[in-house]
Amino acid sequence: MTRYKLSTATFFVISISLPLISFSGIAFSGWESSGSVSIEARIFPDSPAYAEQNDETISPSIVIEPEFVYEWNKNQDRITVTPFARWDADDDNRSHLDLREASWLHIADEWDLVVGISKVFWGVTESLHLVDIINQTDTVEDIDGEDKLGQPMVNLNLIRDWGTIGLFILPRFRERTFAAFNARLRGPVPIDVDNATYESSRRENNIDGALRWSHTLGDWDIGLGYFQGTSREPRFLLAVNNGQAVFVPRYDLIDQTSIDVQLTTDSTLWKLEAISRGGQGRRFTAAVAGLEYTFFGVLDSSADIGFLFEYLYDDRDMSMAPIVVTDDDVFLGARLTLNNSQATAFLAGAIIDRHSEETLFFMEAEHRLSDYWKFELQGRFFINIPDESFNAGFREDGFLNFRFSRYF
Amino acid sequence: MNYFIKLLLIMFVASMSLTNANAETAEKKGLTIAKQVEKQDEGWQDTTASMKMILKNRQGEESSRLIRLKVLEVKGDGDKSLTIFDSPKDIKGTAFLSFSHAIVPDDQWLYLPALKRVKRIASSNKSGPFMGSQFSYEDLASFEVAKFKYKFLRDEKLGNINTFVVENYPQYKYSGYTRQVVWIDKQRYIPLKIEYYDRKNDLLKTLAFNDYKQYLNKYWRASEQMMVNHQNGKSTQLIWSNYQFQTGLSKRDFEKNSLKRAR
Repeated sequence: MTRYKLSTATFFVISISLPLISFSGIAFSGWESSGSVSIEARIFPDSPAYAEQNDETISPSIVIEPEFVYEWNKNQDRITVTPFARWDADDDNRSHLDLREASWLHIADEWDLVVGISKVFWGVTESLHLVDIINQTDTVEDIDGEDKLGQPMVNLNLIRDWGTIGLFILPRFRERTFAAFNARLRGPVPIDVDNATYESSRRENNIDGALRWSHTLGDWDIGLGYFQGTSREPRFLLAVNNGQAVFVPRYDLIDQTSIDVQLTTDSTLWKLEAISRGGQGRRFTAAVAGLEYTFFGVLDSSADIGFLFEYLYDDRDMSMAPIVVTDDDVFLGARLTLNNSQATAFLAGAIIDRHSEETLFFMEAEHRLSDYWKFELQGRFFINIPDESFNAGFREDGFLNFRFSRYF
Repeated sequence: MNYFIKLLLIMFVASMSLTNANAETAEKKGLTIAKQVEKQDEGWQDTTASMKMILKNRQGEESSRLIRLKVLEVKGDGDKSLTIFDSPKDIKGTAFLSFSHAIVPDDQWLYLPALKRVKRIASSNKSGPFMGSQFSYEDLASFEVAKFKYKFLRDEKLGNINTFVVENYPQYKYSGYTRQVVWIDKQRYIPLKIEYYDRKNDLLKTLAFNDYKQYLNKYWRASEQMMVNHQNGKSTQLIWSNYQFQTGLSKRDFEKNSLKRAR
């Protein structure tokens, strides 16, 4: 699928017009508009590892994400349109446009139907989202895998006493986004996003499908999933483009069966996600399992402190399947929620490889400044990265991201 | 013996035995009142309402939240409720689904619209603050007789309304309170005022129910609730509007998998 690169001029027009459209909501009778505009600054304390990369310490960007909703038929029918635009001063690939959502939802008592571009989340764990496969990851947004590109779909959900069945037809594949050649967080070998290859002869027009059953049984929340189609996760094939060594993304055809389970007890959430995937070398298994324990109302305050522990396992053959670093890793984290009117919260954690001790450290903080303004801080740091690691190219790209958002 | 002293003595002995008799029946009387409170509020099936929550800190600075509620009456258990947040704007579209229970923890799910993620959350935390307000989750949950043990304290006039004053002892092990003192309107069997005593048995908060309106000629709902925290000087006011009953909601509107439909 085409990536939409954004010139500064286009961006300027969009950034002026979108809020105008949304604020003049009355003009579109029946449409309800909301959304946010954010300014961000990524601070890179270290100089980059490669000479071609921008050596800017402060990398600013602007994000606009409005949402337009129209409902009719006693709210049984709803159209949601959520465009997304980012302009990044230093990364041409991170400056991008997307339609996060442009869908029609029809609600009946025992079923609902989504037609159009939408987003779906599957899973329960915190450190890695193994099971979540419907939408492509928008990697340039953040490296935590939580930002997703809009996915064209027809999704029918049947709601029954024995659980909900979700049927998905996914008619068009979205390629993963990657940082530009001269940008930070691009890795040791630049990724040639314009020449991706596919196993399917229909390339991005392969029709993918998925099926999900999910149900709550007392304290247990259980989900089973099956996906057949183009892997959201590419392999990288080494190639030469204009005399430069590049990685070409390769999207294989896979089948993936998944389970996600959460057991909720008094103060502990027990979590498991596991997948079995075929199509990339021999069939492999990956899993994340762990718990989150919360101390409520610590020290006679209204604050909660939660501790997170997860173990990450993956037995894939990395010569045939996409390379991952989370093959035998431990995740440790802590979450502090003040439960105040500003909803102040902190999260810090580290994913540590049990053998190489290669560590991804991350922290997040958020604080509501007013009914319309919010402040967020994210930090991502790469520690103890050995030269042979797939993440070696990110070593110098640890950063802090400051984000101020205005909601409307 | 002087006749007058004799009389006093008889009155004293009589009052002692009366007190004893009261002590035996105070629990029963409290329970009877609680059952009547529950009974006269049965049968509304489902309800929807809008709520404005005004938070005030010790310095008098205000912030507000706009919330919509959908509630399904469940016979023999706590109600099912769906809470949808319209403001502050950063949490617009967030939805909170709760199946409340009398003495076991509630089942609770949170829907985060930005990630489209539904999270089941630990719910032993009934005593935690709701949205940073002075209301805890347990303060907002539906009233079920099984949640408390009771003791009738006294009859009292609150303003010009005759009330029963009843003490409630939470049976839920994670409750934030040792006891609650409740003033119940003798005619309408609705609470007018509640005092909450914390785990150290100190007075923590007072809740006043104001401007009751009757719906379907039967069900009383306060249009305003004012919670004052005596220990931190903060307060939270709830202003209710747009109450509707028997709107045809079904259990399907209160399922984890229906949360993405919530708006």
